Amino acid sequence: MINLDRNSIAGLIALFLTLLSSTGTAVADVVTPEVPMGRGAQCVEPIEIMRRDHFEFIKHQRDQTVYHGIRGTRHSLAGCIDCHASKGTDGEFLPINAEGQFCQTCHTYAAVKIDCFTCHATVPD
Amino acid sequence: MPSSTPFWSVVAIATAFVVAGLASAHHMESAGHWVTGMNNRVVWGVPHVFAVFLIVSASGALNAASIASVFGRETYKPLSRLSALMAITLLVGGLTVLVLDLGRPDRLIVAMTHYNFRSIFAWNIFLYTGFIVLVVVYLWMMFEPRMNRFVGRVGTTAFAWRLMLTTGTGSIFAFLAAREAFDSAVLAPMFIAMSLSFGTALTLILSALIFSIRGDGLPTELMLNLRRLLAYFIIAVAFFVVVDHLTRLYGAEHYSVERFILLEGGIYSMLFWIGQILLGTILPAVMLMQRRCSTLVPTIVAASLVLVGAFCQLYVLIIGGQVFPIDIVPGFTETSGFFDGVTAEYHPSLAEFGLGMGGVGLALLTYLIGTRVLAFLPTAAFDSGPSS
Amino acid sequence: MSCKPMKKDESAALAQHRRTFFTQAAAGVSLMALAPGVRLVELAMANSEDSPPSNDKRWGLLVDTAKCESGCDECVSACNSEHGLSGHGRPETDAQWIRKVDLKDEQTGHELSIPILCQHCEDPPCVDVCPTGASFRRADGIVLVDKHICIGCRYCMMACPFQARSFIHEDLTGQKTHSPRGKGTVESCTLCVHRVDEDQQPACVEACRAAGHDALVFGDLEDAAGPLASLSSKTATRELRPDLKLNTGVRYTSF
Repeated sequence: MINLDRNSIAGLIALFLTLLSSTGTAVADVVTPEVPMGRGAQCVEPIEIMRRDHFEFIKHQRDQTVYHGIRGTRHSLAGCIDCHASKGTDGEFLPINAEGQFCQTCHTYAAVKIDCFTCHATVPD
Repeated sequence: MPSSTPFWSVVAIATAFVVAGLASAHHMESAGHWVTGMNNRVVWGVPHVFAVFLIVSASGALNAASIASVFGRETYKPLSRLSALMAITLLVGGLTVLVLDLGRPDRLIVAMTHYNFRSIFAWNIFLYTGFIVLVVVYLWMMFEPRMNRFVGRVGTTAFAWRLMLTTGTGSIFAFLAAREAFDSAVLAPMFIAMSLSFGTALTLILSALIFSIRGDGLPTELMLNLRRLLAYFIIAVAFFVVVDHLTRLYGAEHYSVERFILLEGGIYSMLFWIGQILLGTILPAVMLMQRRCSTLVPTIVAASLVLVGAFCQLYVLIIGGQVFPIDIVPGFTETSGFFDGVTAEYHPSLAEFGLGMGGVGLALLTYLIGTRVLAFLPTAAFDSGPSS
Repeated sequence: MSCKPMKKDESAALAQHRRTFFTQAAAGVSLMALAPGVRLVELAMANSEDSPPSNDKRWGLLVDTAKCESGCDECVSACNSEHGLSGHGRPETDAQWIRKVDLKDEQTGHELSIPILCQHCEDPPCVDVCPTGASFRRADGIVLVDKHICIGCRYCMMACPFQARSFIHEDLTGQKTHSPRGKGTVESCTLCVHRVDEDQQPACVEACRAAGHDALVFGDLEDAAGPLASLSSKTATRELRPDLKLNTGVRYTSF
């Protein structure tokens, strides 16, 4: 299956950015986004891997859940939201795809549209 | 060069339709389908009437080319390349309407990467794209003198393919076992007859248009031939319509659906009798068989009536077939908050007509532009064209 | 290009497997220290959550129409709140996964009321006609829509003999975590698959029981000793549209 969709491209961009930031000095003037992490300090995978492959994980889990009813939360989108949603000043959770929130900040930066939240819940249950 | 004014005015009209179509599609897709007349009972509406009309007509528009290269009738040669162009542009117009009506048109790529081969819809994706590819090859054979010798073979393949294509389109409805108004194998041959009839009517209108823009009118013999063909095709469609209704009228099982379509269906019965039968069948058939009406204008009027009938027929078939309630528990009357047991309401919105007309506009626009880009028209109307 | 994602999937699956193993092993070791019985329960639960459904099971529903009360729509409201189906006051386009239909025998005048929902057919027409394969039947008989590949063509709605499917006609917000749904795709009763996977019963069944009617019985059609099969074997059941021979998973009794 040809799989050069938006998300692979997003992955490539993320990889590119990661490489840039790891090579250090030459790109000191690149402004990287400040991503609010919610309460997620320790991710389910190393951060470098998540940056690049988070959609592969989510997509894999998604098919496992939809077709095989496997509802473990390790790589589920619900798991991401559970950990990374932040609360607003009123104590209520803010939608994770709202401007400035976890998912959207990075996706705005990388100019990749997220299609998850047409359907999926944007705040923890 | 002929005068450009009439050409560009038709281009302007077609462009206006395309713009209206895009605006309609944008409106439907950004607000959601609730702004249309379509709903959970009538899931396919006016856009589908237009789309099916254009798709069915597309394969019929190839008639002139087929008759010339498959059946070797020289009279039709001036229209060969033009009719292939019509076939492609009509199909693209129809498919565009279909795609822009999808709930998720942005996922068109999914329809190319995920196939369920039990679905006739999936098969149609191949039939449609394959048809376009074949007709493009066919055109190449006709345009390129060194390839002319393959015209017959490619033409025959394209002819076989277009029969499969219309069978596939008819089967979209024929395979719906759950719905009384569809669920009939006769729909496949009926769609073939419809494509021949609608396609020939459109060929008459579109070629008369382009020839008159060029200033030299459709060759008379060609027009007379197309007239005769159209009359036969109208009768062929009528034959299948009669057979279909007679079969359904025979068994008690289908009494109620027949009573609905033929008598008590309100707008649907009216469209059937007045639109499809009177205006779309009897009147044009009589006009085409009258020697007195054998000039261009009555012929074009008759062809236009066939198209009016075509829309009525597809409206009654597609929408009438859905508004008629499914009898989920036979022997019981059903009532619910979701319109069980009653005729569904369908009030098409302006956007649906806009989208449908956008498809017509796109077909017309690409057809017109096409004639200016390549030599689809014979260099002189009466030569036999280079496709021999 | 073609095998890269597959590799990734496989490695992810393996990694997942390894992790599950270690987690369970760790849980096992620690629990063994506490009490062997507890550990067994833990593993059994972990298993039901992490193993795919198999076709030795076929989930179904039996509707006892004698117990189903006309005018009662507890099952409908339970479904709506479970899945966050809020209407827009437009019954023609609002989502309905289960609806109450009143029936009257045309000959005798006998009246009854039944819920109609996705019948979870063995040979579902919606699955047959779906061009992308988004409509599918899970190994345990539950018919679902994979909304990630649904293009919104609505051909399944044309094909469904029960008009059990809804198309989402507008943008949605505030969806439930366990019930993702969004504009432009088709949906229908999932038999509360998220609950079934966690050994619970569908929301409508619980609501009907809570309302004191107990007209809905959920269970495994293949399990002869289970509530559904044993009840079905004692009474005449029928399926809707029996002429189509779809062998539905939802069956009706007492009419």
